[in-house]
Amino acid sequence: MGILEVKDVNKRFGGLKALSDVNLSVQENTVHAIIGPNGAGKSTLLNCLVGKLIPDTGSVMFDGKSVLGRKPFEINQMGISRVFQTPEIFGNLTVMENMMIPLLAKRDGAYRLHAIESIDHEKDLVETAEQMLKDVNMIDKRNMHSASMSRGDKRRLEMAMCLVQNPKLLLLDEPTAGMARADTNNTIDLLKEIKATRDITIAIIEHDMHVVFSLADRITVLAQGTPLVEDLPENIKGHPKVQEAYLGEAH
Amino acid sequence: MGSFILQILNGLDKGSAYALIALGLTLIFGTLGVVNFAHGALFMIGAFCAVTLSRMLSLSFEEVDPTKTDFLGQPLVVKTPYVYDWFGPEAGAAIIDWAVPLAILMAIPIMIAIGFIMERGLIKHFYKRPHADQILVTFGLAIVLQEIVKANFGANPVPTPAPTAFQGSFDFGIWLGFDPNIIIYPYWRMVYFAFAAVIIGGVFAFLQFTTFGMVVRAGMADRETVGLLGINIDKRFTIMFGLAAAVAGLAGVMYAPINSPNFHMGMDFLVLSFVVVVVGGMGSLPGAVLAGFLLGILESFASMNEVKSIIPGIDQIIIYLVAIVILLTRPRGLMGRKGVMED
Amino acid sequence: MLGLNKKDFSLLIVVAALAFFAPIILNIFPKDSALSFFNGGYPDLMQRFAIFGIFAIGFNILFGLTGYLSFGHAAFLGVGSYAAVWMFKLLSYNVVPAIILSVIVAALFSVVIGYVSLRRSGIYFSILTLAFAEMSYRLAYSVLTPLTNGETGLQVYTNDPQILKGDGPSVPHLFGLEMRARTELDIGPWEFTFPVGYYLCAVILVISFYIAIRIFRSPFGLTLRAIKSNQNRLRYTGMNPKPYMLTAFVISGMYAGLAGGLLAAMDPLAGAERMQWTASGEVVIMTILGGAGTLIGPILGAGTIKYLENVFSKMNEGLLHQWFSFLPDFMEDGVIWVVSKFTGEGWHLMLGALFMIVIIFLPGGLIEGGQRLMNAIGMGKKKDEQSNSAKSEPAE
Repeated sequence: MGILEVKDVNKRFGGLKALSDVNLSVQENTVHAIIGPNGAGKSTLLNCLVGKLIPDTGSVMFDGKSVLGRKPFEINQMGISRVFQTPEIFGNLTVMENMMIPLLAKRDGAYRLHAIESIDHEKDLVETAEQMLKDVNMIDKRNMHSASMSRGDKRRLEMAMCLVQNPKLLLLDEPTAGMARADTNNTIDLLKEIKATRDITIAIIEHDMHVVFSLADRITVLAQGTPLVEDLPENIKGHPKVQEAYLGEAH
Repeated sequence: MGSFILQILNGLDKGSAYALIALGLTLIFGTLGVVNFAHGALFMIGAFCAVTLSRMLSLSFEEVDPTKTDFLGQPLVVKTPYVYDWFGPEAGAAIIDWAVPLAILMAIPIMIAIGFIMERGLIKHFYKRPHADQILVTFGLAIVLQEIVKANFGANPVPTPAPTAFQGSFDFGIWLGFDPNIIIYPYWRMVYFAFAAVIIGGVFAFLQFTTFGMVVRAGMADRETVGLLGINIDKRFTIMFGLAAAVAGLAGVMYAPINSPNFHMGMDFLVLSFVVVVVGGMGSLPGAVLAGFLLGILESFASMNEVKSIIPGIDQIIIYLVAIVILLTRPRGLMGRKGVMED
Repeated sequence: MLGLNKKDFSLLIVVAALAFFAPIILNIFPKDSALSFFNGGYPDLMQRFAIFGIFAIGFNILFGLTGYLSFGHAAFLGVGSYAAVWMFKLLSYNVVPAIILSVIVAALFSVVIGYVSLRRSGIYFSILTLAFAEMSYRLAYSVLTPLTNGETGLQVYTNDPQILKGDGPSVPHLFGLEMRARTELDIGPWEFTFPVGYYLCAVILVISFYIAIRIFRSPFGLTLRAIKSNQNRLRYTGMNPKPYMLTAFVISGMYAGLAGGLLAAMDPLAGAERMQWTASGEVVIMTILGGAGTLIGPILGAGTIKYLENVFSKMNEGLLHQWFSFLPDFMEDGVIWVVSKFTGEGWHLMLGALFMIVIIFLPGGLIEGGQRLMNAIGMGKKKDEQSNSAKSEPAE
């Protein structure tokens, strides 16, 4: 039984079948990559996991509980954090303030009125945030306005914001899209380190095969809304069905 | 039955005004993506074009008529409008009488010019700014415009009569086979409705059948793509703003005889027109027109005594209630496209 | 101190000092001098400074922090005033129950209006609040006349019950201390007035400001700023923006109700025109003129608007002739013609123009203007330090 169990999920948009009979099982403490050509339904699947979309049929169980019908913030509270394709951070806030929000959400839940005590008095949270910033080498930027940072730093901050919540499952949506090679390698190193040092399950959607094969323990190939193969990375590489799917895209 | 028809008729003229203003608001919002709080002020300026023209036409020179004396025994001072002198008394009188319709000719260039100046001088710089800033700067502009009018025309309403030919009422009842005096409807309101129908038809035809209109409609549907095609959208948007200003202005000109123009009429109509746009659907031109008439008629039904006796005060708030219900249940409005500022 | 860091504490002290010494600062010009025209130390005007300061501080908690632009906040001010006058009519002229009830009633109203309006964001939110405010305004004039006394305005009559009045004063008072009571102080050519009513407003202003600082610096305040910045990220970070928004809306509604209650406490009268949407627009103008999202901006904006309103609307042509008499005649007439359009009756023209200028050139308001000025003359703080402060961009 995996930490994330997707069973017979279907999703239609009008006449278009975006997902059909998707089954997926992500095991605890592994990195599970979902790859596939454009339009394969990767993003749709991801959105079904985080509450942005509700599948027409099927079930999505996380940690033994259904996520269907829950709002994104409820799903986050269950222990799923998501990194977006384009970094989503609080641009108006400083790096440190950005880090405080996920910590507050983790400690206080979806809503709690803390309107009088100063944020500076939350010593524990500040310390945790500082430690996390040190881990991702951003502590020197703690007082920077986050909107003014480079894209690579924004991505790193977003990752830190997700990790500081100690999620059981981290969802990464093309974390290296549009990145230069050096940045991509940095991200791979960061993710490897995370994987090595934490008890965390990672599900990653990725285009870049270099990233996928450097990180993944298991790979699912999605094509036209259906999983083609699920296997170990070394078996995926030469798999005829996979090549067909990708070659099909090239034509 | 008679009173039912009467209420529909009564709703038509107000509905026409709502529809015309909402049409302009939607054109501006749909093409330029700007929320124009100064649109009511354009309607008001139109109404004051009518006031100005009728005052200008009545400008008179004074002559002493030695043959007559006034009641104090002094020689009588006779005022003669210049137009009498130029066109002869009969034609002159007719021109003064027809001041409001004639004001259309004056209002078109003025309103288009105001629209151009507004768009080029102010709105253009706000395309990339947040909606809140657009609301606020046009709100400021609306205050400025209405205060300028107030400074020049005073705070009181200025009665501006329709041509004599259109004064009085038409007994619709007899025409429809009811008893006399059941459905009486003023001629000028009929004119207003017909006028609004022509303008609305004209705008739609313009958008439907001209290349210019096609580009604008494409721009409303998907601004970026049209921009990518290399079409100079900005220039067309300026023209659209001028057109929207002219529509609001003409709505104002012709409304002058129905409701004596005052400096804050623009603000009064603006709030309601926004509600109309929201009910119709942000960015939907047919929606704006439909909602305009619908709400106008609804308002007129709500002001029937029978209705008011059941729900007192409903006539005052019906439009807002409808808007709130619509916004909560169907945020895109009656005919709005999905995704336009939903969220 | 008081749970504030050093910088915020000094800001609070500055505001408290300004409020306390306002009767002196505002009457700085000797009473017979030509410049005495610019004095602002009248009880009535000073009270309005403080009351609209409170109103704007509250509005800023919603608009400045979350970026949600409400065009209907005057409705809460209006119901606050009505509630206060009803307390005068039913209980006594003591202002304490009146002010408490005005805050409670405004809170109830803002829960209902906020709950519905916050179902939508952006321009829809603005239009919804506008629609609610217009609805309240129209209802106050029509069906609700038994509660609001329609166009006459709600006031206290001698045959009202006033069950707790007893031998108490027949004007608003604080446990016997009459609001309109005042102490005059003449020092040579200077004349200062210290009104009781103003000091009540000033004390409440300082408390309101203190609470606002605490809110700004709290986790709640940070979350509101995060809402303005990126609601999507906030949702995927495990927070539910809706209740936060509603709380902010209700808090700012309570501030508005408090301001309305104080208005009635200074002058026991409430009219529906206080609820009109142009009145809502005024508080928007104040907040933005001062600097939305900054702590002190709204007070500054409210003070500036009310002061300018006072000065400009009492300038008449006679006065202008006196001032510009040094000019040659033909120029004098021209200048006066122009200036007179903006003064006296033309004050609103001035207000509209001022507002446009601020939005166009100085979206951050007077605070931003001040900062730019400081930077320009080289006295400004270092850049990175500035980005660290609570300053935030104009609303989305």
